[in-house]
Amino acid sequence: MTPAIKTALSISVATGLYGISYGALGIAAGLNLWQVVALSLLMFTGGSQFAFIGVIAGGGGPGAAFGAATLLGVRNAVYGMQVKAMLRPRGLKKLAAAQVTIDESTATAAGQSDPGEQRLGFWVAGIGVYVLWNIFTVVGALLGDALGDPKAWGLDGAAVAAFLGLLWPRLKSAEPVAIASVCALATVLAIPLVPPGVPILVAAVVAGVWGFFGRGPATEGLEPDVEPHNIPKGDR
Amino acid sequence: MSELWWWILAGCAAAYGIKLLGYLVPEKILENERATRAAGALTIGLLASLTIVNTVASGSSVEFDARLAALAAAAVALLLRAPFLVVVIAGAGAAALVRYLGWA
Repeated sequence: MTPAIKTALSISVATGLYGISYGALGIAAGLNLWQVVALSLLMFTGGSQFAFIGVIAGGGGPGAAFGAATLLGVRNAVYGMQVKAMLRPRGLKKLAAAQVTIDESTATAAGQSDPGEQRLGFWVAGIGVYVLWNIFTVVGALLGDALGDPKAWGLDGAAVAAFLGLLWPRLKSAEPVAIASVCALATVLAIPLVPPGVPILVAAVVAGVWGFFGRGPATEGLEPDVEPHNIPKGDR
Repeated sequence: MSELWWWILAGCAAAYGIKLLGYLVPEKILENERATRAAGALTIGLLASLTIVNTVASGSSVEFDARLAALAAAAVALLLRAPFLVVVIAGAGAAALVRYLGWA
């Protein structure tokens, strides 16, 4: 087993497992089993899926959920560009590569220096996460159905923790922390003023403008990490 | 099909379209430093906003309840470098415990 495959498999297991929390939270948000599963099969980008159900859970409309999920997926275009530069996929492979272009597969490929290893890392992590994420989405959704009252189990707290866990690895220097703080403040100020779900879009505008006119390094917030913490440098 | 279903399918189509865009658009267009920086800031800002909304929003009002305990517990778990699933379970456990004890 090459180092790329080893890294890719461990990432697949770790990421796939938290599909359980996504599935359970999706049911708690009020989606049905098929809707929860459809998002994992077709949308397949964890942050956006959590965003979609998070907006719905907070009483926001499906249009706002769509907006939050889509904007959070914008980074995948940048990942696609990076993977294209590494793997140069052609034809139908390009279409398949696009679907499994997520934080984890991009990070695994980018962590390898040999082109063959990059290719292996991307595909094994991409397909591995895809398969396990979908399996554990179903497990989580069935679990969520069986749990009954989501609040008694603290599932609303689980959603809070999930978003903090997704944000955490991107807060590596002062500027991301500043962006996060300002956007959090803008959100709190907007909550009483606009319909549920819309405060998230207000924060998106603030962040987008900040990034566009800012002067920080171009990759801030875009070094996709696997799990909330860096994998050891030796594995990258 | 319900309205929610249509938005779900639209979201899935948009997500795939965005992913594919990275493969189809000439590198020069997307390799713009401003665009990359905006995409990064957008990711951070949205995740921060989603964290806060899920912590304090209750419809259109701000409420402090058991979810604050979840936020604190998750932060501690992350500081201790716990894996993602443990962080999520810590958040759920803290909120459930605070509610069970009748503190919030």
